[in-house]
Amino acid sequence: MTTTATKKQLHRIDLIFNNDDDCKEILRNALSRSDQEIVNEMVNSGLKGRGGAGFPTGLKWKLTAESKEKEKYVICNADEGEPGTFKDREILTRVPHKVLSGMAMCAKIIGAQKGYIYLRGEYKFLVPDLKKELRKFHDILDELGLDFRVEIFLGSGAYICGEESALIESMEGKRGEPRNKPPFPSVNGFKGKPTVVNNVETLAHSYTILKFGAKKFRDLGVKDSRGSKVFSVSGDTPIPGIYELELGMTVQDFVDDFGDGDCKAVQVGGASGFLVPRKRFAKTTIGYEGKLTGISLPTGGSMMIFNSSRSMYNVLNNYLEFFEEESCGQCTPCRVGCQQLLKGIKAVKRGEKPTSYLDQLLKLTETMKLTAKCGLGQSVANSFSSIVENFREEMIY
Amino acid sequence: MSNMVNLTINGIAVSVEENKTILEAAKHLHIKIPTLCYHKDLCVAGNCRVCVVEQVGNHKLVASCATPVAEGMEINTNTLKVRNCRKHIIELLLTEHREECTKCYRNGHCELQALSAEYQITNQDFIDLVPDKNYTVDRLSPAIEKDDSKCIRCQRCVRTCAEIQSVGAIAVAHKGSEMKISTFFDRSLDEVVCTNCGQCIVHCPTGALTEKSYVEKVWDALADPDIHVIVQTAPAVRVGLGEELGLGLGTRVTGKMVSALKRLGFDSVLDTNFTADLTIMEEGTELLTRLKRALVDDDPEVALPMATSCSPGWVKYIEHKYPEYLPNLSTCKSPQQMFGALAKTYYAKNVNVAPENIISVSIMPCTAKKFEANRPEMKDSGYKDVDFVLTTRELAVMIRQAGIEFEKLNDESFDSIMGVGSGAGAIFGATGGVMEAALRTAYEIVTGREVPFENLEIIPVRGLEGVKEVTIKIEGTVEAWNFLEGVELKCAITNGLENAHQLLEVIKKGDKFYHFIEIMACPGGCLGGGGQPFPVDNEIRMQRMNALYEEDRNLPIRKSHENPEIVQIYKEFLDEPLSHKSHKLLHTSYVKREQY
Amino acid sequence: MDFHEKLVQNLVSKHGKDRENLLPILQGVIDQERFLSEEAILKISKEMSIPAADVYGTASFYSFLDIEPRGKYVIRVCKTITCAMKGKNQIVLAIENFLKIKVGETTIDKKFTILQTNCLGWCHKAPAMLINDEVYTELSPEKVVDILREYKEKN
Ligand SMILES: Cc1cc2nc3c(=O)[nH]c(=O)nc-3n(C[C@H](O)[C@H](O)[C@H](O)COP(=O)(O)O)c2cc1C
Ligand code: SF4
Ligand code: SF4
Ligand code: SF4
Ligand code: SF4
Ligand code: FES
Ligand code: FES
Repeated sequence: MTTTATKKQLHRIDLIFNNDDDCKEILRNALSRSDQEIVNEMVNSGLKGRGGAGFPTGLKWKLTAESKEKEKYVICNADEGEPGTFKDREILTRVPHKVLSGMAMCAKIIGAQKGYIYLRGEYKFLVPDLKKELRKFHDILDELGLDFRVEIFLGSGAYICGEESALIESMEGKRGEPRNKPPFPSVNGFKGKPTVVNNVETLAHSYTILKFGAKKFRDLGVKDSRGSKVFSVSGDTPIPGIYELELGMTVQDFVDDFGDGDCKAVQVGGASGFLVPRKRFAKTTIGYEGKLTGISLPTGGSMMIFNSSRSMYNVLNNYLEFFEEESCGQCTPCRVGCQQLLKGIKAVKRGEKPTSYLDQLLKLTETMKLTAKCGLGQSVANSFSSIVENFREEMIY
Repeated sequence: MSNMVNLTINGIAVSVEENKTILEAAKHLHIKIPTLCYHKDLCVAGNCRVCVVEQVGNHKLVASCATPVAEGMEINTNTLKVRNCRKHIIELLLTEHREECTKCYRNGHCELQALSAEYQITNQDFIDLVPDKNYTVDRLSPAIEKDDSKCIRCQRCVRTCAEIQSVGAIAVAHKGSEMKISTFFDRSLDEVVCTNCGQCIVHCPTGALTEKSYVEKVWDALADPDIHVIVQTAPAVRVGLGEELGLGLGTRVTGKMVSALKRLGFDSVLDTNFTADLTIMEEGTELLTRLKRALVDDDPEVALPMATSCSPGWVKYIEHKYPEYLPNLSTCKSPQQMFGALAKTYYAKNVNVAPENIISVSIMPCTAKKFEANRPEMKDSGYKDVDFVLTTRELAVMIRQAGIEFEKLNDESFDSIMGVGSGAGAIFGATGGVMEAALRTAYEIVTGREVPFENLEIIPVRGLEGVKEVTIKIEGTVEAWNFLEGVELKCAITNGLENAHQLLEVIKKGDKFYHFIEIMACPGGCLGGGGQPFPVDNEIRMQRMNALYEEDRNLPIRKSHENPEIVQIYKEFLDEPLSHKSHKLLHTSYVKREQY
Repeated sequence: MDFHEKLVQNLVSKHGKDRENLLPILQGVIDQERFLSEEAILKISKEMSIPAADVYGTASFYSFLDIEPRGKYVIRVCKTITCAMKGKNQIVLAIENFLKIKVGETTIDKKFTILQTNCLGWCHKAPAMLINDEVYTELSPEKVVDILREYKEKN
């Protein structure tokens, strides 16, 4: 057999983690350009948020820059709570100066003097090193004459605080309950002031764009999904870890490279993402466009691989336990919906409810998707429907 | 002028101010969108999600209570998608909810029940979550009961307690499926800063927060032939009770109420307005005495401003949160407790009934009065001064149970003694009322002339604003009060404890000085009390307020000191305001309390 | 002044009385005491002028801001999907057997508490756990016992 010979290796990119830069020069150079130029560079790069929602980063900066408010904030979202995601930790460990430079650039453009890194409590061990890094960075800023300071704000164990408005509530000393939107943080953020919230990786990419220009970034990827992306690969794979890959690959390409040869399904985007079953591997590309069949990348590039020994019922059960606990609990569809889904699949499995109950639960997830207040409740439907629809028999027997 | 925004709702064009929500815009078109977590008095939460509507071009539904209108928006409130989602949401709420409508205090007055009737939720397909919930029910407080199994977690109570009352006795705790409304470490409401004001009750859509009911105890007393049961009715009850019994908002039902109470079998139907007038005599004199000590004797000990003490919600608030201001509280008991102390002394002697055979009941717009009646010191008559306190709502329950067709009743008058009240006593039920009543009397005592306001109506103290101020220059004093000549008496009035908090902070900082402040715990004063009918908002409060002022205008006597029964009680029993006997029966003291 | 009051007062003067400093202050108490006692919350509430119920409600939202007494070393084993797939149950069992307590409990000497938690961000090295702020990955039942043995010897 020639399987190993034909196994295709995906193109590994080395933009994020290559570490031979002098960020001072990059920043100095950027500071000499006009804000408008840099915003255009960001917009032209096609960079979209790597935290999950995929909002165009250049546009976000531009919108926040337009506000006349004097006081503004830049927040780096390092709450990274999505199951199966760990790339932000790696970025902050290995190339923190890129993230900080991205924040500084954003601050200059929108007119912020203060930035925060909202670091999840689970990553507290990173604090000493990050603080060292901050001191160095602040010196550089002083040298360049940029009035900007970054502080670390530590989370305390709540997945929902990764949602940007919950994150802001949390920073204000409150329960991490997502806010009503609109208004968005770009208008009404931290302490009611215009705020940019960006994912760690997004900020690191913005550094790449500053360094190499929009074109180099744009040349990577496909149509609406430009650039590279850091993937967190886990589960049934011989090579779990963190990989920077070009956007636009199919799940099949991915599985060929990372699978253990017995791959049954891949969860793309963590518990709030979609499960892609084997029969869809070839048809599904990883990027921002399209819907389930075309693709998905809901949250930050988590790729969890399941081989045929795994029970999809157990997987779904685990996700639902996660959501039932980590929902902030404020809104009805999510708080009660998650409990019903969890209890519901158990009841079907035990035979206490007819199998048709699964269809009722699917309808319920549709309601959750349509009515939940934030992305958490809205996205429970993703994994639920993609698992139940593709592995219905595993839910029953 | 703010900008107008054009949108369509269900195909009908409407133009509203730009900061309005879809919900408000729909109201303009007389389209009702169901709501649960929304309340006019409170900031928007947007958590129940029953108010979702469809916005053309947006796949997701939007919460109409929380979404501002935008130019060109096309909204549909009654599509299949909307209806199905709403139904799901109501069903979900019901699975977390111990459904026992027929055994629930709020049966017939519950927003969840009404909504599930409206959407014809007749089946339960989803799994009942209650058995796994371990819900707590707190019945330890003498005033307020909290039953978590009825709670839909709309957070209206939490917002009320924080925003309107600045008490923060209850908060949202835990997350996910465990999320609940909780006190400090889930203690009983009886042990925490709760002021018993009951605002959370009137803002709660369900039976999760209710008053402790004493209806059965009162029926028992009424059924006992050896017991002489008397009842007093607070001013605000007569402008709220009608709402609960099918009459329009702000209907004055004083005569019908008296008639109903007589039919219920009370041996004597009396009026708290009488002791409201008595409060004015005592409190007014106390104020003048404090002023004398401050202005003539230069006594540094005297605490000014003097604050009213007739709102037990306010009293408990200050005991918890501003103990350093306890000396500023008037030592006067509330009218209810003055009445109670006199009922088993002065009244008992007068009607020749042994005090131990008297049960004294009071009908109040208030839940804090239930707590107040149970304060250990409230036994100055030698007995429990007030035995049972019922809310306006509970009285309505009794009237209905007795089969009384309330709206058909003829007017009757209060019994005597302690059944005559002046217009000044009546307006105690509205914010500013105590101040107005006090000024009517004090000014006249000091100057020998009526307050210089047309028709005795001191307009600046009236209305729903958070903090009202009035300054009255005292001129032409009679001899005994010459030391007040030329003094500008500075007064402030607030309603709702958040406003009280603001006022106290201003005073604390020394930014403002006042001689006398009136504080009512509830928004609008007692007419907006925690024992008043559901629902409540500012429009309703205004209607009740207008009714109270109308009551005042229509009474023959409108000044406390002119109330003949007041004259009589001082002559026959109390001697004079602040006499030794008054001190014993009508005045009280306060305690410092914990801050949780 | 007792220890609590000092601790809280120091934290408040370090961070400030504004509400946005509540989390760092709560975390500061946790660092010292491993849980938030009624006294500590009350003191914070007084110092910061936030209602005690509100401080309690806020703390109870965050799984690392424990409001129940905890041991000196709080073990949090990840129970989310990858760790579950890679043998988290055996890890928990090994810990339970070694410490002779169940998940949710604290040893009598108040040294250890076993809890479970959600994804720690080490799925590529599952199963993972935290002991206080320290991360341990690629656990096996043997490895976890070795780790705990070391903690047992520490003070
Ligand atoms: C439940 C939930 C959890 C989220 N968690 C994270 C997270 O851990 N990290 C993150 O960067 N974004 C997270 N997000 C997305 C943020 O709300 C926000 O969109 C993002 O931080 C914006 O940054 P970006 O545009 O750079 O992606 C989450 C969203 C939801 C709804
Ligand atoms: S969807 Fe879930 S997490 Fe989001 S606001 Fe509602 S309850 Fe909270
Ligand atoms: S009675 Fe008043 S103080 Fe007590 S919980 Fe309710 S609103 Fe708060
Ligand atoms: S107690 Fe009442 S007002 Fe408070 S959250 Fe529950 S249902 Fe809402
Ligand atoms: S304002 Fe009136 S109803 Fe409210 S607590 Fe005070 S006395 Fe009771
Ligand atoms: S009424 Fe709008 S979400 Fe509750
Ligand atoms: S699932 Fe355990 S660390 Fe991610």
